Amino acid sequence: MADTAGVATTVERHPALRRPRNGTLVRACVVAALFLFTLFALPQLLSLYFVDAMTQVAVYSMVALGLGVLVGRVGMVSLGQVAVLAIGAWVAARILFATTLPYPVVLLAAGAITMVLGTLIGLPALRMRGLYLALITLMLAGAITVGLTTVNFPNGGHGFLGYNGSSVHIPPIRRPSIASSDPAYFRYCVVVAALMFVLAYAHIATRPGRAWAAIRQSESAALAAGINITLYKLWAFALASFITGVAGGALAGAVRYLYSIGFPTQDSITLLAVVLMGGAYSLWGAIVAALLLQLLPALLNNWGVSADWLTILFGIGVLQVLTTAPRGLADQVPRDLARLGRLIREQLRRAAAARGGAQ
Amino acid sequence: MIEIDNLTVRYGGVTSLDGMSVVFEAGTCGLIGPNGAGKTTFFNVLSGFVRPAEGKVIAFGTDLLSMAHFRRARWGLRRTFQTEQAIDELSVFDNIALAHEHAKLGGTSRRQDVLAAISFVGIGVDPDSPVSTLGVRDRRLIEVARAVVGRPKLVLLDEPAAGLPDEETEHLGAVIRGIPEHTGALTILVDHDMSLVSACCDTTAVLDFGKLIAAGPTAEVLRDERVARAYLGTADIQ
Repeated sequence: MADTAGVATTVERHPALRRPRNGTLVRACVVAALFLFTLFALPQLLSLYFVDAMTQVAVYSMVALGLGVLVGRVGMVSLGQVAVLAIGAWVAARILFATTLPYPVVLLAAGAITMVLGTLIGLPALRMRGLYLALITLMLAGAITVGLTTVNFPNGGHGFLGYNGSSVHIPPIRRPSIASSDPAYFRYCVVVAALMFVLAYAHIATRPGRAWAAIRQSESAALAAGINITLYKLWAFALASFITGVAGGALAGAVRYLYSIGFPTQDSITLLAVVLMGGAYSLWGAIVAALLLQLLPALLNNWGVSADWLTILFGIGVLQVLTTAPRGLADQVPRDLARLGRLIREQLRRAAAARGGAQ
Repeated sequence: MIEIDNLTVRYGGVTSLDGMSVVFEAGTCGLIGPNGAGKTTFFNVLSGFVRPAEGKVIAFGTDLLSMAHFRRARWGLRRTFQTEQAIDELSVFDNIALAHEHAKLGGTSRRQDVLAAISFVGIGVDPDSPVSTLGVRDRRLIEVARAVVGRPKLVLLDEPAAGLPDEETEHLGAVIRGIPEHTGALTILVDHDMSLVSACCDTTAVLDFGKLIAAGPTAEVLRDERVARAYLGTADIQ
């Protein structure tokens, strides 16, 4: 008895003591199980064609994650993320051809350099909002695309640009020695993406995440709470650009040959559409967005349907999400499934009750 | 103590604060006046959202206007807004922790300070519950808690009772009365609810069309003929 009383007073003294919640534990288990399944089982189950598609999904989940931080967390719309991805890929390719540095170092360097350049792209965000910020980032992305078309991606040539226009035999971009096969490189990308998601989560769940939430809802309330809005907006651009730069590095190893036509400016617009569809507010949304952007075209190709239909589909999808589920598919689908489950259970119970009554 | 000297704010041709000079002593001070008198403009000048054309604000010996606006919270300035600004995306705890962590208060435990602020304002819900599920009373109280957490020097409350039913206003009044004692901060209350102002404030200043028309002990100010005229208009009809 004395023991229980002691416990009771401790609880009373800290009425707000945070207990680990059941939901958190369940969620952690689901995430761990999904991660392990993707890492070990998925490459065994899929054909090489779909392993490659899923590698792209892993890469683009990082790109979508970066845009999700900007749009969902801080409320800044950037239409330049594919150009930022191209910068990351360019930097990584250049380092990979020029040096024998280990792959993680190359990815970090690509992330860091892209972070600096991407933050510069974010500078207009300090003065502009909404449509104007979206437009200016789109223009900058266009400028970057033009620049990349002129300088080309490195193909093993010499000099700063590393491009040799007359070379006949172009060497592929190297992969990490532990992940030279396609399934192994897929696993590698999944691990890299998982680390980026952990990095983003570590931001969202702590001080910067709280500051971003305040800025998104009301800049005056954020200022009144002492938040340095300039610093935190640039921080968001830095984080998004870092993640996108790392994704660019991962992409370089995935495709092995890079061309500037692989990064058209309009892809940034499609990216925003799928991020809104997936759900800009949640980390799951980034994965859904990447599946829509990369797996769906691969499936359509496989079935012999033109991937051009996707533009229409994404248009309808954005409309659907904006009108019925502002938090995206990542929020809508589980909620609707839960509702369906309740409905079915209810029907079953009613049927059972009716049977019981009849007997 | 906060000294306002000849504070003037102009928006184009409109002068919304016209040479306002007043001294707020310690405790809870009221600031009243009809709509458009310049009360919120005055708060916006103190917060740094509006640059005055002229004038000086010396708060506890510091020139407030020369400070960058986001640094003023770190110095000890807090405020609430007419339309409450509880952050939907965050929990109750995080809403208040937000003000604490950016105010850079050395040597105090964030967790304890936030929980103390929650119990001071009397929010009766689990600190981990999301704000988007709360009603207007708790959202208001969250904003007040954000204004008192840690060690503020100056707390500005802009119509905190707007939209609250009478019994909630009474509770809020008790909280506001307790702020100077609980935190040691000078509190300035703007509200249209005269019973709330009389209940909370020892002294009150009155603005009308950007001009200070009266200041002093609340009961005297409210009896002042000029104040009644400002609210009700002049009665001389030819």
